[in-house]
Amino acid sequence: MIEERKPILEVKNIVKRFGGLVAVNGVSMEVYPGEVVGLLGDNGAGKSTLIKVVSGVYHQDEGQVFFKGQEVKINNPMDAINLGIETIYQDLALAENLNVYSNIFLGREKLKKALGCIDVLDHKYMLTESKKVLDRLGIEIPSLKNRIKMLSGGQRQSVAISRSIFWNAKFLIMDEPTAALGVAEQRKVLDLVRTLSAQGVAVIIISHQLYDVFQVAHRLVILRRGEKVGELMTRETNPDEVVSLIVGAELVENSKK
Amino acid sequence: MSDENIRKSSGINREWPVLIGKSWIYLFLLGEIVVFSYYGTGFFSAKNFQNVMVNSITIMLLAAGEIFVIISGGIDLSVGFVMGFASVMSAKMMVTFYTLGWNQNLAILMGILIALLIGFLPGLLNGFLVTKMRVPPFIATFGMYGIAYGFSEIISYNVPITKLPPGVGAFGNGYLLYYLPGKLLNWFSQPVGLARAEIRELVPVIPNIFVISLLIIFIFGFILSRTRFGQHTYAIGGNIDAARRAGINVDRHLMKVYMVSSLFASLGGIMYVLRFVNGRADAGSARMLDSVVAVVIGGASLYGGTGSMVGSIIGTFIIAILETGMVNLGIPTFNKYIYVGTILIVAVLIDQLFPELVRRGD
Repeated sequence: MIEERKPILEVKNIVKRFGGLVAVNGVSMEVYPGEVVGLLGDNGAGKSTLIKVVSGVYHQDEGQVFFKGQEVKINNPMDAINLGIETIYQDLALAENLNVYSNIFLGREKLKKALGCIDVLDHKYMLTESKKVLDRLGIEIPSLKNRIKMLSGGQRQSVAISRSIFWNAKFLIMDEPTAALGVAEQRKVLDLVRTLSAQGVAVIIISHQLYDVFQVAHRLVILRRGEKVGELMTRETNPDEVVSLIVGAELVENSKK
Repeated sequence: MSDENIRKSSGINREWPVLIGKSWIYLFLLGEIVVFSYYGTGFFSAKNFQNVMVNSITIMLLAAGEIFVIISGGIDLSVGFVMGFASVMSAKMMVTFYTLGWNQNLAILMGILIALLIGFLPGLLNGFLVTKMRVPPFIATFGMYGIAYGFSEIISYNVPITKLPPGVGAFGNGYLLYYLPGKLLNWFSQPVGLARAEIRELVPVIPNIFVISLLIIFIFGFILSRTRFGQHTYAIGGNIDAARRAGINVDRHLMKVYMVSSLFASLGGIMYVLRFVNGRADAGSARMLDSVVAVVIGGASLYGGTGSMVGSIIGTFIIAILETGMVNLGIPTFNKYIYVGTILIVAVLIDQLFPELVRRGD
């Protein structure tokens, strides 16, 4: 079913070098609308580098990036955001001293006229619009006037996700979304990923937690030493196979002896 | 969920401390007024409170600029000597134009405008060093502290600039309103043709320079709390990377923030000239500490991200009342520094020990 549709993102033969080190070596992959792809690999496998090429932090040395079928040049993070590619980093990039809706509108505040000529913040509009997007995603936060400082890790993650969705992200990259969360909160974030997927948003998840990735991802892409060593449908594989790809089959064989 | 439950279950026990913690600066201010009114002579009088207003102007202006910088996560140590620089510049210009035979009002206006224009420069340079050159704010503005002082001394040849046009003092020490009980009411200037006894009875209401300062501070308080500029200032102080990734032009914003600070320091210098009818390099030297303390008492964190203009004004009055009260009681004013320093540390301690009380006036 998914295969019939056109990929929303396609990267072809991406190469990224840092001096003599080849961090990503000729990796190709595609992601379809509404699909959740788990990007797996050991430390230094090139996951983050590949993602940073897509999100505009790095520029590839070779290879092409296609978004919605068009070749795109992503020179900086704002280019990516303008295309509809949002990245949620581990640190979430929230201003903890501001409240929920101010963070959702950060940098793109809604203004209104006071006394007919002065631009002031339109708190009411930002509050109601933020509430709408949170409701749509089934996120519960006691009050959107609470500062981020007062929220739990999972709630913060939800705010970061809502922010990108509010600004019409069609493609979401999540770097270790569950790493810092408790079990109940992890489940909520994974539920949220499923909701996003059901609403047609494509998601790439980078994670070390195989269990989480297996729960939500449709497809897995495994990198090792900068190269793609496997691409598997989640339902046709198992964690053992994936681990052997991540660390290299020989190593697994050796450890069994 | 769980947070909320905790808060609810312990609500009754914690409500009072929270309320006191949030409003302790108001209580402290009230306490000061009560104590000085009780022990002092004529402290609780309209005349004395007008004195407090005049005394508070310098700290209030410096604090109004400093609050922007501190909320953005920086600090501006140069304000005291930038103020001195502006006072010397404007005084020098007023004297120069006046001796050239200009109309005195025009000479005064030009002196003020030139000081304001040049007053942007230290801020521009501070902002440039902090953002483009990645010099820590502490160092950049500390350097500017010395540079501004040096230039002021060069311009003034190491002596206060005097012989200003007479209109300076008339305006600077004038009041918004003059009121003769039961007889007459006059705006802006002392009524003419009064008997000597009547002049003695005349009640001046609210110093001119206090009104002007408060008006400008009100405008910038509005900018800080209601506009996108203010919101971005808070965001940068809260998480500079988040602000960058949200597409805020952080460097340009910080340059503006340092320029606001330097603008207020220059206003401080101009008000000094209007009030004391001279311009001197060390006009605001001791006031930098006071302005930072006023801002911190008012709820700003030196780590950035919190603070408010109203808080800074209350902080200013806490210091100004203290000074005036000590003079009233005949306590040498250098004792003030001990109290001010102590208040600063207590304010920071309260914020650190009870983080849930962190105050931020919206």
